[in-house]
Amino acid sequence: MMAAALRVAETPERPKSLTEPRWVRWSLTAVALVFLMVFLLVPLAVVFSEALSKGWRVYLASITEPEALSAIRLTLLTAAISVPLNLIFGLAAAWSITKFQFPGKNILITLIDLPFAVSPVISGLIFVLLFGARGWFGPWLDAHDIHILFAVPGIVLATIFVTFPFVARELIPVMQSTGTDQEEAALVLGAGGWQMFFRVTLPSVKWGLLYGVILCNARAMGEFGAVSVVSGHIRGLTNTMPLHVEILYNEYNFTAAFAVASLLAFLALVTLAAKAYVEHRFHEH
Amino acid sequence: MSIEIRHLSKTFPNGFRAVEDVSFQMETGSLVAVLGPSGSGKSTLLRMIAGLEIPDRGDIILTGREATVLSARERNVGFVFQHYALFKHMTVRENIAFGLEMRKAGKEEIRARVDELIELVQLQGLEKRYPGQLSGGQRQRVAVARSLAPRPQVLLLDEPFGALDAKVREELQEWITELHDKSQVTTLFVTHDQHEAMSIASDILVMNKGKIEQEGTPLQIFDYPATEFVAQFVGETNYVDSHVVEPELAVWGPFKYSVNGYNVGQKVRIYFRPNDVYVTSREESLQVKGKIIKTRFQGPIIELLIDVGAEKPVVAHLPKGLSIASGFVEGRQVFVGITGFHSFPL
Repeated sequence: MMAAALRVAETPERPKSLTEPRWVRWSLTAVALVFLMVFLLVPLAVVFSEALSKGWRVYLASITEPEALSAIRLTLLTAAISVPLNLIFGLAAAWSITKFQFPGKNILITLIDLPFAVSPVISGLIFVLLFGARGWFGPWLDAHDIHILFAVPGIVLATIFVTFPFVARELIPVMQSTGTDQEEAALVLGAGGWQMFFRVTLPSVKWGLLYGVILCNARAMGEFGAVSVVSGHIRGLTNTMPLHVEILYNEYNFTAAFAVASLLAFLALVTLAAKAYVEHRFHEH
Repeated sequence: MSIEIRHLSKTFPNGFRAVEDVSFQMETGSLVAVLGPSGSGKSTLLRMIAGLEIPDRGDIILTGREATVLSARERNVGFVFQHYALFKHMTVRENIAFGLEMRKAGKEEIRARVDELIELVQLQGLEKRYPGQLSGGQRQRVAVARSLAPRPQVLLLDEPFGALDAKVREELQEWITELHDKSQVTTLFVTHDQHEAMSIASDILVMNKGKIEQEGTPLQIFDYPATEFVAQFVGETNYVDSHVVEPELAVWGPFKYSVNGYNVGQKVRIYFRPNDVYVTSREESLQVKGKIIKTRFQGPIIELLIDVGAEKPVVAHLPKGLSIASGFVEGRQVFVGITGFHSFPL
């Protein structure tokens, strides 16, 4: 999805007679740059400068206090569970959509996009309706002393729901363009189903897959809306990093809020770098 | 007998009858072409032999063994795809070794066999390249080497040269005949290009609408078309609609044809090839008068369109030298005769 949309081919040099006048070129570029400054670079700079406004000591203290550490741990745990699960789901979905004909295929494609179409808050509410005290499974869960809502399982479920389109959406176009020729060749050459999958299918989509995983991971760590609804905001227990930032901010603890936010922003920058690298490799193939 | 096909049929879920009751046999070591227009079912036939499609009815027997129910991996056939289908993330060497690894060959054996094949397909020095770094012709050589590596009983090629430009295609056509002479593996290939079929294969199966129209040597197919489809599909041809006026004589405009086996009054369609038309400047027996309305230069031959007073001009092919020496230019009056034709009931 995004790989295709964001890919910019090298702009070929156009002859002078075909290009726009200089003022048009310059003002278009200026508009884009100013926009980028105001909405991306300035906020990013503010996050880091606010975080460090009271010095390194305070910064370190705010990200190493027990509640912050617990939020970091929970965020990493959530990503560590939801990303592999969505990797498997995404592979299975992309595989079945591109390789088989079956009734309801179009419905499946549409359903995969559902989390993109629905507001994250609604996504969270779905789980409240399912597992809440008055929800469908609430009484049964209560009777068996299983806690999903306002506990880690709920947060993981909501995150999985919100992030499941990423891998499948990345893989479907890659698998479609690869076609089935290479797999048929493998079968005729004597490969079994698993050998075909691990030696031919997986390597041929690996960059697309990795790209989807990175996007999925970024969203899993940064998700706020859906997680906020199901988490219950119990400090040190069910707060992820984005939720922790919100709480600190609401308590006028700006330095600590920005410190944790800077950590999230740093994770995002790392993701961005990884994404750029994978994208580069992806289009080399 | 390497390949024996009995009453094979396949209808696709959308109702398209790709192959209908096809039967044929192939001698061990022969090189046979399946020739037909696109949509004639030739690729489906090939894919069923390889196990990539499942037939609705019929039997496939490979080297005496019932193979209809075997999966693709168990059939031990080599398959070459039109668009190569090389493993893009593997080097030339890894591609060729793949089939041997799948069949659990030993390391040393694999190395020796791959070396042998790289030499056979003349790709020395390119072993470490990836398919993306090769030309179309080189890729198809790798694909052929890969399919031959596990020593298949049968080699199947699906429009193997369709995606290559004319010059490379000719080279590879020659190469594949040489390769076949060396390896002696039973080879069946599918093509829509009649020149390719004629120049490579010892036998041709002409297919149309899922059925085999004729099976024979290139010469038989060209000179003795068994059906109307073969007559008009293979080689260029003139056709005219004629009718039988007396026993064993049909006429079309000024032309008379001796035909047999028809009733008086029956309509027949007469096919004759441009190279079966002879053109002279002085009238000889059994000729009609005509006028050259168009000449087209086609390299070694010149194509003449001659108006003989019928609704369609007659197309004639003459050697370039003869045509020029005889002064056959547009507007010239000539006499036209036919040396060979085929008739089919309308």
